[in-house]
Amino acid sequence: MDMDWMRLPIGEWAEVVVDWMTTYLDGLFSVLRSIFDGMNEGLVWVFMTPPFWVIILAIAVISFFAKGWKLAVGTIIGLLVIVSVDQWENAMNSLSLVLVATIIALVIAIPLGILASKSDIASRIIRPVLDFMQTMPAFVYLIPAIVIFRVGVVPGIVATIIFAMAPAVRLTELGIRGVDKEVVEAGYAFGSKSGRILRQIQLPLAMPSIMAGINQVIMLALSMVVIAGMAGAGGLGQDVYSAVQRIDIKLGAESGLAVVIIAMILDRITGGFGNRKRKATGPRKVAAADSTETTASVPAKTA
Amino acid sequence: MSQTEPPERAEAAPAEDRRRPDGPAIKVENVYKVFGRRGKDAVRRLKDGDSRDQVSSLGVAAVIDAAFQVEQGEIFVVMGLSGSGKSTLIRMLNGLNDSTDGQVTVFGSNVVGQQKTELRRIRREHLSMVFQHFALLPHRTVIDNVAYGLEIQGVSKTERLERAAHWINKVGLGGWENHFPDELSGGMKQRVGLARAFAADTDILLMDEAFSALDPLIRREMQEQLKDLQQELGKTIVFITHDLNEAMFLGDRIAVMRDGKIVQVGTPNDILTDPANDYVAQFVQDVDRARVLSAADVMERPQAVVAANAGPRAALRTMRDLQTSASFVTSRDRKLLGVVFAADVLRLVRKGADTLEGALHPTPAFVAEDQLIVNVLEMAVDSPLPVAVVDAEERLVGVVPRVTLLAALASTTPETDQVDIIVPPDPVSTADINAALEATADSGEVSR
Repeated sequence: MDMDWMRLPIGEWAEVVVDWMTTYLDGLFSVLRSIFDGMNEGLVWVFMTPPFWVIILAIAVISFFAKGWKLAVGTIIGLLVIVSVDQWENAMNSLSLVLVATIIALVIAIPLGILASKSDIASRIIRPVLDFMQTMPAFVYLIPAIVIFRVGVVPGIVATIIFAMAPAVRLTELGIRGVDKEVVEAGYAFGSKSGRILRQIQLPLAMPSIMAGINQVIMLALSMVVIAGMAGAGGLGQDVYSAVQRIDIKLGAESGLAVVIIAMILDRITGGFGNRKRKATGPRKVAAADSTETTASVPAKTA
Repeated sequence: MSQTEPPERAEAAPAEDRRRPDGPAIKVENVYKVFGRRGKDAVRRLKDGDSRDQVSSLGVAAVIDAAFQVEQGEIFVVMGLSGSGKSTLIRMLNGLNDSTDGQVTVFGSNVVGQQKTELRRIRREHLSMVFQHFALLPHRTVIDNVAYGLEIQGVSKTERLERAAHWINKVGLGGWENHFPDELSGGMKQRVGLARAFAADTDILLMDEAFSALDPLIRREMQEQLKDLQQELGKTIVFITHDLNEAMFLGDRIAVMRDGKIVQVGTPNDILTDPANDYVAQFVQDVDRARVLSAADVMERPQAVVAANAGPRAALRTMRDLQTSASFVTSRDRKLLGVVFAADVLRLVRKGADTLEGALHPTPAFVAEDQLIVNVLEMAVDSPLPVAVVDAEERLVGVVPRVTLLAALASTTPETDQVDIIVPPDPVSTADINAALEATADSGEVSR
């Protein structure tokens, strides 16, 4: 049966758009390419220059402050396992890619989330776009990304940014919208500006939700590591990819395990920062006599 | 980070420069608030006489044609059930809700349609707010919460912490400065809310159901504290509540709202004794009158009163004429000296004494004019005589017989021609009195 008459040439349109972009926006894209490349190179340099144990200690210290000594110990053991299976260099490459992609994704996503929380119209426009970005199979982004940015680490970063950005936007919007309306109203009632209310009330109170979004972005970015490896990004993804091609169980297990270890460490660290209990700003002088006196005097007045 | 915030100096004026003009603190003229996109159309039709339901397709009319003034230094209560538009109305006073139509002025500054910068200035200088669910900043300590208004006003950190500490002590939370709101009980949280509003040092406090979320004992305590603070500081307070007893206790004047309209504005006594319509009447029938009406509201003109210098014979005659067995005694400047009983006076007359001094007893029960009748009740139970009402100079201004008390509580109009001293079993007969008066009669005095 000939159905040609009702075929929509969406593929052709996409091609036209990408062609147009490579022709006319080449300048912009080469600037972006050098920025992303530069950031990645810089981070790789930071991770690779000192001996591995310095980096392990540094990450362990961060884990300690995020959650405590148990996580710090776990981090050291996990990273030593990566070193022992000779995946350290790949792991640091992948870590750089994930961090660069995450930072750029957040720089775009958090302001978008704030915008969506302030304006219903913006929210209604942004939501389907996010759905599209998140559900379109991530491989598909690679094709135009490779065309536009050429093989290397940059198409991997770009595809990761697009794929991983959505939860940060959503959870930022959700967090800010979820802040107690009366508290925000109190800010306005005392004559505060809306920018100041955002900084002093809405963002701090939305922080747990925003941190959950950041955590999700990092996890999604890690899941993109393998796909980025297919585009020539190197790192753990490349080893996983070549293990699949060569049916190399040994290499697959080792590089896959390294991805899992990195993912768990990053998840626990960001989760730890998200749930951290705030501390009193001043010295907590709850001298026993002091507090009992106050509590006692309150009901006393009642009677 | 929040502490080093640059103060909004350009807009802030130091407290001493604020000029408080004469005239009402808040003036509300024919304001309307209709939620919905076609609010203006709805207002036009409401003005033409359409009802709230008739314009419901255009929007929800929350406030319809409200008009009142709040004088400086008074507690103005807006009372109504939920959905009556009272919370919307209070938010129109500081521009948190924009009015669809009409005028709101705060110390002469227009609020409706005002520019944001100017609106923020008005809020900082004139209006602070206390919220039903406290609305404390949960990520800040008690002292930083209390200092919040001052921080927005651009007061330096040392000064605002000092002033905040002062207010924390004032509301009885000394020692809790560095705790977080979630460590406090509801009553304590609202004390923080109150301290925050007072610390901002604005002329007007807007209180939106401020005590409704508290349990009854704490609520009563907070009401009393608020009244004390108001008397001490002379702030203007607009207080929203659905609790009529609270309205009656706090309010110098009360506006009763129903379905977006203000149905009556008046003193608690006006509302109670002269309700504008059946709705208000029905509303006030559940009020605990004993806690609203004062002795001055219900007292009657004292009849059984004798002047101390008139002597025993005049006193005895007055009591005989009024058919009572006791009488209040006042000095020449109407100060209440005590009471005398007929039997004692009769003895004096028989002895030929010429002053009442020998028979004078201290007044068994007397109250100040502004005492609530709940306090008069107790005395009336114990006293054989009506409760005397005295003014600040201890002058006898009225009496409250038990009948009057009962009538006031039952909200019926008492029979005012009732003799104000209820006669206890009378040990002295009229015949005895007449005999004694005649026996001691001299040329100047002839018994009737």
